[in-house]
Formats: sequence, structure tokens, C-alpha cells
Amino acid sequence: MLERETVDHVARLARLELSDAETGKMAVELSKILDHIEAIRELDLDGVEPTSHVVDIVNALRADIPQPSLPRAVALASAPEPTDAGFGVPSPGASAE
Amino acid sequence: MSAGVEYEPVIGLEIHVQLKTRTKMFCCCELSFGDEPNVHTCPRCLGLPGTLPAVNAQAVHYGIMIGLALGCEIAPRSQFHRKNYFYPDLPKGYQISQYDVPICGPGRLGEVRIHRVHLEEDAAKLVHVGQSGRIHGADRSFVDFNRGGTPLAEIVTEPDLHSADDAREWLTLLRTTLRAIGVSDVNMEEGSLRCDANVSLRPRGSTTLGTKTELKNMNSFRFLAQGVKAEIERQTQLLRAGQEVTQETLHFDPASGRITSLRSKEEAHDYRYFPEPDLVPLVVDAAMLEAARAELPELPSARAERFEQTLGLPRDRARDLAFRTELADFYEDTVAAGGAAADPVAVANWIPALVERIGSDGDPAQSRVTPAALAALVAMVVSKSVNQTAARDVLSMLVESGGDPARIVEREGLGAIDAADSGLAEIVAAAIAANPDAAEKVRGGNMKATGPLVGYVMRETKGRADGGEITRLIREQLGP
Amino acid sequence: MLDLTAAAAAAAIAAGELDPAEYFELYRGRAAADELNAFSWVASEPASGGFKRDAPLAGLPLGVKDLFCTEGVPTQAGSKILEGYRPPYTATVVEKLFDAGATLLGKTNQDEFAMGSSNENCAFGPVRNPWDHSRVPGGSSGGSAAAVAGGLVPWALGTDTGGSIRQPAAFCGIVGLKPTYGSCSRYGMIAFASSLDQAGPLTRDVTDSALLFRHMVGQDANDSTSLAFPEEIRLPTGQDLSGVRLGVPEELLATEGGIDPGVRANFDAALEIARGLGATVQACHLPHAQHALSAYYIIAPAEASANLARFDGVRFGLRVEGDGDLTSMYSRTRSVGFGAEVKRRIMLGTYALSSGYYDAYYGTAQRVRTKIADDFKTAFSEFDFIVTPTAPTTAFELGSKSADPLAMYLNDYCTVPMSLAGIPAISIPSGVSDGLPVGLQLAGPSFSENRILDAAYALERAIGFDGSVARGGSAR
Repeated sequence: MLERETVDHVARLARLELSDAETGKMAVELSKILDHIEAIRELDLDGVEPTSHVVDIVNALRADIPQPSLPRAVALASAPEPTDAGFGVPSPGASAE
Repeated sequence: MSAGVEYEPVIGLEIHVQLKTRTKMFCCCELSFGDEPNVHTCPRCLGLPGTLPAVNAQAVHYGIMIGLALGCEIAPRSQFHRKNYFYPDLPKGYQISQYDVPICGPGRLGEVRIHRVHLEEDAAKLVHVGQSGRIHGADRSFVDFNRGGTPLAEIVTEPDLHSADDAREWLTLLRTTLRAIGVSDVNMEEGSLRCDANVSLRPRGSTTLGTKTELKNMNSFRFLAQGVKAEIERQTQLLRAGQEVTQETLHFDPASGRITSLRSKEEAHDYRYFPEPDLVPLVVDAAMLEAARAELPELPSARAERFEQTLGLPRDRARDLAFRTELADFYEDTVAAGGAAADPVAVANWIPALVERIGSDGDPAQSRVTPAALAALVAMVVSKSVNQTAARDVLSMLVESGGDPARIVEREGLGAIDAADSGLAEIVAAAIAANPDAAEKVRGGNMKATGPLVGYVMRETKGRADGGEITRLIREQLGP
Repeated sequence: MLDLTAAAAAAAIAAGELDPAEYFELYRGRAAADELNAFSWVASEPASGGFKRDAPLAGLPLGVKDLFCTEGVPTQAGSKILEGYRPPYTATVVEKLFDAGATLLGKTNQDEFAMGSSNENCAFGPVRNPWDHSRVPGGSSGGSAAAVAGGLVPWALGTDTGGSIRQPAAFCGIVGLKPTYGSCSRYGMIAFASSLDQAGPLTRDVTDSALLFRHMVGQDANDSTSLAFPEEIRLPTGQDLSGVRLGVPEELLATEGGIDPGVRANFDAALEIARGLGATVQACHLPHAQHALSAYYIIAPAEASANLARFDGVRFGLRVEGDGDLTSMYSRTRSVGFGAEVKRRIMLGTYALSSGYYDAYYGTAQRVRTKIADDFKTAFSEFDFIVTPTAPTTAFELGSKSADPLAMYLNDYCTVPMSLAGIPAISIPSGVSDGLPVGLQLAGPSFSENRILDAAYALERAIGFDGSVARGGSAR
């Protein structure tokens, strides 16, 4: 059974905010799924290469030729805080309290 | 108690080099140079939903060139990975980098072993607005994605450096090498060369490594050396006091000389690397290797070697020249201009004087002095038709207004006088007569006292007498 | 007009017998009056520029799953975090279809970020099955499937990662094709699981499927994982199945929870029909297929956890200011913007990739994937196609499986192995069970789509499934 601490840690890594109730629920649900998945860890997979890509392609390389960039207004069009200086965000250094 | 132990610094460097391609690593936006924010972006480098990366062939080519220049094994097959973390300058929430299968494996440059070289994309630029313009104390930050996606080569060394000065010197060699192969501007002030240092101490003679700290964001060679020195000092104090060094990321402030912590262990990232599913593996075949090799010029360390072995230059002079491409190029052009009679060692000895006159950052090829002119001047010095002092004046005039040294010498009357014709011996005798104290000392065996005598002769001959000849005559006349 | 297949309509328009404006308006009106909640956005008029002439798909209205970027048109992927988002570019496959003459009728609803098998995970409300409005259409391409089955659009685009085209096709009694991985560009398709996602057609019949697919395939320089299809996609003409060797993977069908008896009966009947057409049917062996679901529920969430990291409130989409600092802005935005299933999968994926767990989970799952692909290769040396029921059950009631995520995941039992191997598979309606459609899945080796389409075509004709009842009345 996944510990609440683990769930909290993973939520932090994933930048998700879970309430106490949600954390408890998530622990139960994830544990159930992980238990089900456990079976594959019993398989004998010695010497089997992992598959990262199912296509048999290598070296998909692009010529170093510029294409027009987006006009700035378009780049900023969907931004929550668009400014001439850039996309506005709370400062990474600013503290919560 | 560790008070009496002598510690040896162990330094490894992690260098990021912006590659001089036309477009970004994974999209077709042009690279930007101080343009307005966010004018070089596209859906890909903004990380908009649905976009996919496409690898820049030229960046791969430059990566191979760097690997060859650093004597690295080029991986026949390498893979991109996702390095996952959240930060506003990282639009996708992951950086596409390389993890356990980088494009270049172990190599060497000079005295330092290279651990690996890999390709990745640069982050965007974060601008902080607040009291100091620095991140602490800012309320709002603004992200400019122009830089985001610029191709980077990350070069990691083994911890083979043992002093701040060595680190600085080696980094200079790396910079020269990368400049010479043309893959980057490698300008620390502009940000196309960035260097972090990993610093640890161990008791001299020990082979175990101590705990290392990471010094980040030093943006000039001088600050790098200062920062590393300061960190070595800080760690030395800690260990002498019996305390332990904590593994952490540090920042050096050159203004105050202080070292502060940037991040502590607790916030260590779990990057959750996994192979980038959107990018297929890179396979470097014989054709790609050949193409990279063909574009490599002679590398600085090989050039220094050649200057030493073939041209007979002393090691230090060879390296000073070879590690600065513009100087080495001008030097070789000058030797060539001098033809069969050229004396490579003599020519090399005159380059520092030239550098003095054009400024240490100057490029001789951009000056008014031509290789042919310098070659001619050196030849005149060697054949003693001009003495050292006069030759320096001629060089200054060449730097000032160019021209031909022989004509300048004639015009200014700077030719060395012929010892026999000019009655040099009589002038020396007159000098001895005019300076009895100095003459007495010299007679007594103190050759260092010739100063006033030489000065008298030089004045009488308007500086055109050959210094060596004067000394010979003084010795002859005063014995023993 | 409503009974014309897309292919027939295209021919009629080309022959000047059908007015494309009238045809478009018929569907636009039905889509606008949609009671199934199949659409998140419907065009108020045909795209500017009018109907192309002399284009193979001229005048054909197209439904597009909201996962595909359409420039200037809302693209929300069934999520609150993208509510109102209008991308500055269009997905490659959509662009190709527009170039071929198709015109955008509307964006269809889906499970949020393609995560789900019932279309109940849609932030803009669940979609209903036209066969029975109290039931789900399947997912995640439920909106596209319901729209096609309900006669709200002649055909539509969907995406399939673990079964998200095939399973809704089965639940809604239509045809859904998941192509060979790499044959259609993923550029502009909002990513869920990059090594599994594929675009594909949802259509009334196999001929329409071939026609739409033919104009979707092609290598795209913008997608490094795309490749050129080695043959031209043909319209199917298969008359029978003589000489065709069908393999039935019995251990896959013996799933926990099992195949619903009505579905199994229907499946067996379909196999009889296949024998009647000249096919041989035998048991085949896919020893690792039973582990496909486990491998999938590690790989897909892992890739998704990274793909969804870009939804952070910085450059587009929803932003919820936190307590003034960056971290809480990120967390609050994502917690408000993402639904429960998405959060669950992000958590699962993050965990599987986290320090200390990579080898045990992700590393293991990628190895199981290799074994599954090998199993198929071996099977295809003896068999032409593998056949299974597409889904273990028929369309279930809304809300009946939402309490247990695991129960929901079991919907994908028969479709996930093909996704992991990257091989093509089609679902065609094989009949009804208790008044609800049942799907038959045919899977073949990579790039065997032409042969799959031919076999499916022959079966389709022999089965004679009539889906018009679902189109007949939109009020039920």
C-alpha cells in the first residue's frame, strides 16, 4: 500500500495539489493499480532489450534552414500575462508566506 | 583534527557551449542576438500543445566536430532523453538532452581528460523585476523565449585540474580550440560559453575524492579563477576546523568575494530521465565522421606541438602562440614571407612586441603591419643592420602607419652603424675616459656596471650602435 | 442524403449530382441540434474559401476530435485547462485532409487528453451513445464515434493510444482503424503517450475508412517518428476470405472479468461467417499479451506525465494564481485544470519514472513491450490476421464503471497489445447483443492495412450490419 508520504512526494514532483481526502483516495487507487501491474515484475526478461521506439527509423535530421518565426503578438496571444518584456509569471524566488 | 593536513584541490569543469548554427536545436527559428523579447519563437520552442521536435543536422555535425577536436570516442548510436522539471524558462516542462547514451564519450584536451560531450537545447531567458533585478526580492519575472531552444554542447571533464589558475588556463585552451574549429563564438560575456566548476579537496597523496560543491554562473575567466580560489579557501577553512563540506550548489559574487548557497540538497531534482519518444536514435556513420573530420582545421595543441618540434620554438613560446589562433596564423604567414632565410625562433620572439603595440585582444591581421613587413624587419635585426632598440621604434611606426621597414630605417636614419666605419672603438674609449668610476668597476670584473658607458656611446651614436658590439669593445678595452 | 456514405457523397459531388453547400448544411444543422454532446464546437458556416473543386474529398464535412490543433478554432482536448484555447497552427493530418477538399464541420468531445474508455472524463460533459442515450459511446474518441454513428457527420478523425478509436467504434457500431504507428503524422495532435498515439478514421463502413486513411498517410518532416507508407492505400474490393488464416489468441480472451457472453456469442458467429468466406480459424499463441495492459498502464502514464508538464499556466491555457509564488501557481492551475483521471495517470507516470523505480516499472514495461511485439511477429508467420472481439462488453451505462479505475482500464484488454506493438488493427461492427453493437477486431503486421481493409470489407458485406437505426432518430 502506498504511503501518504510517497503520494505527497510524487504530487510535489508533478506540481499537483491534492487535498487530504484526495491524497488518501489517490493512495488507494494507485496502490490497486500498482498491485495489478506487479505481475510483470515476475516475468523473466533477462537479455530482453527495452523498446523505446516501435518504428525502425534513425537519423531523422532537419536542414539548418530558418523559417519565419511567429509574430510576437501571435506568440503572446494565449498568454495569461502577456507583456513586452515577456510572459509574466510569479518570480521563482518569491516566497509563499 | 585536520589542522596540519595539506589539502589538494580537485576541480572538474562542466561547460556549456552555444553552437553557431543558423537555427535552433529542435525548430527552425533563427538564433537571436539581443533582439526584442519573443520575436524568434514558434509553436515548437514555445512548447505549445501538439508540437514535436526536429533535430538540427548542423548541430549534430558540430557535435561530432567537437568530439573529434577533443579526441573523444564518437558513439556509433546515441539517444536523446527527456530531463523533467518545472521552471518558467523550460516551456515543455522538460529539457530534451542526452543522458546515458551521449554523442561523445571519453577524450582528452591537453592535461585534462574529457568525460563526455552531449547535445541539448538551451533554456529561455528569465528576467526579474524587483529591487535589485536579481531573483531574490523580485515579485514578477518575465520569460523571453528567443534564446530557448538554442543548440548547446555540454562538455564535462574529469576532475583533473588542481588549481584555479590551471582551470582558467585549460578553459582558455578549450575556448581557443572551439573558436578554431568554428562551432561557436565561445564568448563568456555574451553567454555563448558558460562554465560551472565542481570543487573538492582531499589530503595530498590521497586518491579518494572529497565531497564536491558546484560553483555556477561565473561569467568571465577572471571571475571563474577568483570564484574557484575562494571556494578552495572556504573548504580549506571548513576542513581545518574539523567540519565537513556539504554537497551543494553555490554562487560566487565577484564584487564581495563571497560564496553563497543557491540550492540545498533537499531541493535536489529528480529528473526522471527517459528516452525521448519523439526523437529516433542518432547513428553516426562513416560519412558523417568524414564530413566532420574534413572540416577540422589543425587544432591548437597539435599546432603547438608542431611549433616546438618542427620550428624549434621553446614549449612556452610555442603554446602562447598556438593557443591564440590569430597570433599563430600571423606568425606562420610571417615565417613564410621571410622565405628560406627566415629564422622562426627570431620571428616568434618579435610577436610579443607586436602584441604589446596592438593591444592584447588585437588581431595582427587587422593591423597595418603586414607579415612581409615584419619578416623584413626581423631579417634586418638578425643581420644586425638594425639594432634592437631601433627595431622597436620601427615596429611602432609600422603599427602606426604601415609601410616598408627598410624605407622607414633609411628615412629616419635608424640603420645600425658599422662598428669599424663609425669609429666605434674611439667613442668607447671616450666613454671610458668620461666615466672613470664605472670603468674602474668594470675593470674590477663587475660587468653590471657598464650602464653609464653604454649610455654614453648610445647618445653619441644616436642609438644606432649595436649593443653587443659596444659591450665587446668595452670588454676589449678594459680587460680582462 | 443522410444515407450516403462519404465515398458515395464524394462521387456524387464530383459528378455534380449533389450540392456540397446543401450537404454541409444538412450535417451542420444536425450537429448544432446535437443531443449526444458529441461536439464541443460546430462551425457556423463552411470554411472560408468555399468548397474546393477537383479535390478527391471535395465538399465532405469532417468531424475532428478536439485533440487535433485547428488554427483559430477552439482546441480543448476535453479539458478545462485548455478551455477556449485557439492554436496558431493546424495539425498535419487535418491540413492534409483540408488540402484534399474536406471541410471542418466541428470539433468533437473526448475523454480529457485522450485518457479514458467511456468519454465520461470530458470536462464539457459526457457524450451519449446514439444507440442508447443512457449509455457511453466508448472513449476516448467517443464524440467522433457518436457523431458518425448518430448521423451528425459523415466521418470523423479520432486518435488511438490503447484502443481509443477501436473501442468507441465497437460501442457505436461503426468502423474504426488504428493504423501502423508512424504512418500518420502526430504533429499537431496533442500528445498523450508519444510512442503509442496514432490518428485514424472513424467511419460508417470500411470503404470510407480506406478513403479517409488514404488522405491522411504520409511522412512529415515535422514528425521524426513518421514514415512513408510503402504502398498506396487502395479502396477495398475483397470478395471473400479464401486462403486467409485467422488466429484467435485464446489466452487473451480468457481475461479476468472475461468476455461478456453476448459478445463472445457474437464473436463466434462472426468467425463462422469468416469460415463461410473461406478463412481458416485456429487458436494462436500470444504468451505475453495478457501482460499488455500492465505494461501499457506504466508506459502511457509515464510518457503522459512528461507530455502534460507543459500545461503550467505560463504561456497559454488556464492560470490560477496560487499564494503569490510560482510553485503554488503551478500546482493550483494544474489541480483545478486537470480532471481526476488525468491526475491519476500523471501521478502513476511520475511515480513509475521517479528515482529508484525506473528499472522496476518503466524499464520492465519496455521489455514486456519487446516480448509482445515479438509474439505478434511469430504469430504472423503462421497467420494473416489476429482476430478478437474489440471490447469485452457492449456499451455500459453512464456512471457504471467510474467508481473503479481498474475496471475501466479492463475495457482496453484486447486493444492494448496492438498499440504496444505498433501494428495496425481495425474494428468493424459484427452484430448486436441485447440491442447494442458488438465490434470485431482484425489486426495485421505493420503496413498490412490494404490487406486488412480487404478482409474487413469482405466480412462487412457478409455480416450485413445496418447502423442506420442509430442515425434515424436523434431523440431517444
